[in-house]
Amino acid sequence: MAKELLKGNVAIAEAAVRYGLEAYFGYPITPQTEMLEYLSKRMPELGRVFVQAESELGAVNMVYGAACTGARVMTSSSSPGISLMMEGLSYIAGTELPAVLVDVMRGGPGLGNIAPSQQDYNQITHGGGHGDYYPIVLAPASIQEAIDYIGLAFDLSEKYRSLAVLLIDGSLGQMMEPAELPEMQPVRAAYPHWAARGATGRGRIVHTSIYLNPIEQEKTNFRILSRWREVQANEVRFKEYYLDDAEYAIIAFGTAGRVALSAVRAARAAGIKVGLLRPITLAPFPGNAVRELAKRVQSLLVVEMNNGQMVDDVLANIHDQTPVEFYGRPGGNVPLADEILAEIERIVKGKLTLNGHPRDRWLDRMLTKS
Amino acid sequence: MDMLGEETIVYERPATLTDLSSHYCPGCTHGIAHRLAAEVLDEMNFRERTIGVASVGCSVFAYNYFNFDFVQAPHGRAPAMATGVKRVLPDRIVFTYQGDGDLASIGMGEIVAAAARGENITVIFINNANYGMTGGQMAPTTLPGQVTTSSPTGRDIEVAGFPIRVSEMLSSLDGAAYVVRRSLHDPKNIRLAKKAIRAAFEVQARGLGFSMVELLSTCPTNWGMTPVDAIHWLETKMLPYYPVGDYKVGPAVAEIKI
Repeated sequence: MAKELLKGNVAIAEAAVRYGLEAYFGYPITPQTEMLEYLSKRMPELGRVFVQAESELGAVNMVYGAACTGARVMTSSSSPGISLMMEGLSYIAGTELPAVLVDVMRGGPGLGNIAPSQQDYNQITHGGGHGDYYPIVLAPASIQEAIDYIGLAFDLSEKYRSLAVLLIDGSLGQMMEPAELPEMQPVRAAYPHWAARGATGRGRIVHTSIYLNPIEQEKTNFRILSRWREVQANEVRFKEYYLDDAEYAIIAFGTAGRVALSAVRAARAAGIKVGLLRPITLAPFPGNAVRELAKRVQSLLVVEMNNGQMVDDVLANIHDQTPVEFYGRPGGNVPLADEILAEIERIVKGKLTLNGHPRDRWLDRMLTKS
Repeated sequence: MDMLGEETIVYERPATLTDLSSHYCPGCTHGIAHRLAAEVLDEMNFRERTIGVASVGCSVFAYNYFNFDFVQAPHGRAPAMATGVKRVLPDRIVFTYQGDGDLASIGMGEIVAAAARGENITVIFINNANYGMTGGQMAPTTLPGQVTTSSPTGRDIEVAGFPIRVSEMLSSLDGAAYVVRRSLHDPKNIRLAKKAIRAAFEVQARGLGFSMVELLSTCPTNWGMTPVDAIHWLETKMLPYYPVGDYKVGPAVAEIKI
């Protein structure tokens, strides 16, 4: 198919439709509302399910119900709405059902603002809902990747009976760029053996997340963790840029990764041997790749659109063997390539340290600047 | 030759109930409500096309006692979960089984929205004027002056406000096709309750919209009464505040003959 000029939210919605989305339940919240609006027309015209729920609580629990039937199901929201969905996400995870969520992140905490942010990293990748569970989290950096990864999210979520989250920021949801949509794929004809669709000619199927006997609950916890180990072993994805001869490396995801790539190219033009590792799967986190990279560079720079969340996962993986610096823009700000370039130049010139936390050094610099 | 002649079965476990002893307390009317739903689903031959939605509360394990597909919802969210199931499988029979803490307090948003949408599901709503599973705290349905573990001197309307009459409230919504209140305190009322449950499932089977049967129920353990005293308390205290009756019977529903 040819490339078209597509808005991120619309592109994700249409791609989901073409990947066989059977049911969508949502609630308006900026900056993801176009997904809801688009699907309110698109799903009924294909005879598929669309419901505008009464709240994010309603939406996520409609997803929960539809997921019990084995249907390919999705919801989308933005940060404050995602917080409301956490209850349902924990239940879906505890019931070991596949479901896909799109979080178009905005500035926070609280009502925050509607500008692009990566402030839900910890909430999404490290839980947010109660209990031990492990969503698969994909972080596209372009509208084409968002299209591709929404299909991957469905496939992985069904393969591992797990939540899969497409984690993007408001700029990816709102901006337009050329991208190619997939061909229309048929909605599935057969449903998994566990699908609760009426006990026709068979015994009953029950979907629940309550195990009053702690031993049974523990077995479930082990089963979910074992499945997660399979995900960790098989599904880590990341992209590398200019890393072959790099002396310095940036680690950044999504839009921050995309801007960082511009900064890397500018630095390369100035003769600085810097590269970029951009995680595609934030969970499972590409810890081995980060660890190996840390062994062969003088310093790592983590760039995020938050107060430094992924940086803790980087630090946890490299065990103080390499100096790490952090640069972030929280609050709904997107870092400029020049800001990141200035950080690269500072690191190249500056004294590197293993002492203290990179977040503290960064905050001191930011507060001095302002 | 058999001196007694051929045996006629006059009473047995409905096929849609499993052969299990329930965890419900002696004298609790959950067992009656379960049985009525099962008898109706048997009579309508719906076992293979029904999906139940359990809620949080004493009936969280309702799925253990019904012999068809069941899912279990977060506290209060059963109508939303049922919406998800029903929209994907519109030709199936989907019902929620919810208590008053679940439906009338934490789940008020979900039940009102489902009724307003005219969601084609059936709700069996157990009103026993307290939170049963957590040990008898004040519920939205707790009567003024009623002593519970969280209203130890009796529900004070100056502080805790007034009970919610759910059937009356939901009946004001255009999407609600059939909303009635029945009581489980004596055989006559139990028969009327069964008839109402049958009507509610008929409403759903015909695609007429949202249906709910509120069932006044006893909770002897948490009320601190014998089962007989609990029945008496329901009759003398609850019935005056929560009159049984048909609060919404849509025009198309009125034509259903059972």
